[in-house]
Amino acid sequence: MIEVCDLSKSYGSVAAVDGISFSVESGKALGFLGPNGAGKTTTMRIITGFMPASSGSVTVEGFDVFDDSFEVRRRIGYLPEHPPLYLEMAVFPYLVHVARLKGIRGAAARDAADSVIVDCTLGKVADRLCGHLSKGYRQRVGLAQALIHKPEVLVLDEPTVGLDPAQIIEIRQLIRRLAAERTVILSTHILPEVAQICEKVVIINEGRVALEADLSDLPAGRSLEEEYMRHVGGEAHDAVPAPRPTATHDNAFVEGKEDTPGA
Amino acid sequence: MRNALTIAWRDLRSTFVSPIGYVVLTGFLLLAGWFFFNLLAQFNRIVALYSGMQGADTTWMNLNDAVITPLLSNLSVVLVILVPMITMRSFAEERSQGTYELLFTSPLKVHEIVLGKYLAGCAVVTLMIALTLVYPAILMIYGNPEIGLMTAGFLGLYFMALGFVAVGNFCSALTSNQIVAAISALVILLLLFVVSWPAENAGEPMKAILLYVSVTEHFRNMARGVIDTTDLVYFGSAIGAFLFLTHRAVESARWKA
Repeated sequence: MIEVCDLSKSYGSVAAVDGISFSVESGKALGFLGPNGAGKTTTMRIITGFMPASSGSVTVEGFDVFDDSFEVRRRIGYLPEHPPLYLEMAVFPYLVHVARLKGIRGAAARDAADSVIVDCTLGKVADRLCGHLSKGYRQRVGLAQALIHKPEVLVLDEPTVGLDPAQIIEIRQLIRRLAAERTVILSTHILPEVAQICEKVVIINEGRVALEADLSDLPAGRSLEEEYMRHVGGEAHDAVPAPRPTATHDNAFVEGKEDTPGA
Repeated sequence: MRNALTIAWRDLRSTFVSPIGYVVLTGFLLLAGWFFFNLLAQFNRIVALYSGMQGADTTWMNLNDAVITPLLSNLSVVLVILVPMITMRSFAEERSQGTYELLFTSPLKVHEIVLGKYLAGCAVVTLMIALTLVYPAILMIYGNPEIGLMTAGFLGLYFMALGFVAVGNFCSALTSNQIVAAISALVILLLLFVVSWPAENAGEPMKAILLYVSVTEHFRNMARGVIDTTDLVYFGSAIGAFLFLTHRAVESARWKA
């Protein structure tokens, strides 16, 4: 269970996040949407205890991220926007190192690394340097490090950004598998991804929550794309024509995303 | 403590899979060898000159004063330049390559991170100084230096280097740019070297303060072979103070704004 309550964060006089509240029940997957610069990454960084909020509170599995940050960090796996890889390390030693940082000791650290290498199908590259991997593999190693201590909560910041279509499908399948037994917050620009993986969606815009709804509760006959444009695009976009077939939309959003790297 | 060792071990390995560890070590040993060779050659020349003169008093000439003490002084200046190159990566690189997020979202205490980074730097300077022990060993094989004085001198150099690592780590904790980290550490260390210059003309409380803060004043005693608790306390408190500042600098990212 993750509860975000009236969360605000300002950088100087600029409010990146301005009083947002939402919650995710245990075992559910939340799609976290919004345009670049809406405050998604800031919110995720606060949830994972990387940076403090200016005001408001976040609890993860009942622990406050500010007061019980240590307990929260033990329970969260986090894949930041740029996978946190030590480029001069090979994949296997890197994962063993992360396992130790997460508090796994002795031979168990190697076992944990072996197990995520299987989960994320990294066997072929286990001996290669992180710096020599393709973007898709880096993303998968990033996902592996987030999973290594078997966290109850996964926070994934744009996990499919910059990947080719085949890699996107693979990562998406992996996330769907992971989401079955964990609480997941997934930020993305690819709307069909949310429809495929998540039960719930939160759209934020300019630091505020524009929509919080279960996907099943979305008004009948209205697609997620329409819903997104209604809340993010403003009045001008209300007149968006009827949606094209989903497949076309999928591609349009994938391509669009590659042109505009993350915020 | 185990977390600190995990971090230290990774940092140490990363220093020696990149060229920086080898470049710094090679450069340090090359310069140390050059200093040693020239100081020893000069000593030999003077001894030969004096022994040619009848009735000349040569008892004041010894390897400790003529070779070891100046060698240590020269090495201390080299360390001022090289230690910032070793420590510049410690925090700045984690910030710039995004692994800071891994460290700070892992269940680690700030002091474990700071200690781990410090231990990694200490391991590198320990290796550097241990390798220069070959010079006193050569003197012991071919000459007759005072072992106690040499030990005190090298201990002084070592404590000083440990202090430099703490300063370097602190500078690296303030920025994501390694060049900025290296230059600011270099400037602080050079200032600590020359801070006592105006002491002679300064009034009393100021004079005592400048002399106490200066690295040179404390190191000079130890390089001559004198171990004084004041000097040990000085290096110990400098290390403590800079580790504390590093801790605050790193922790400040978690302070509520």
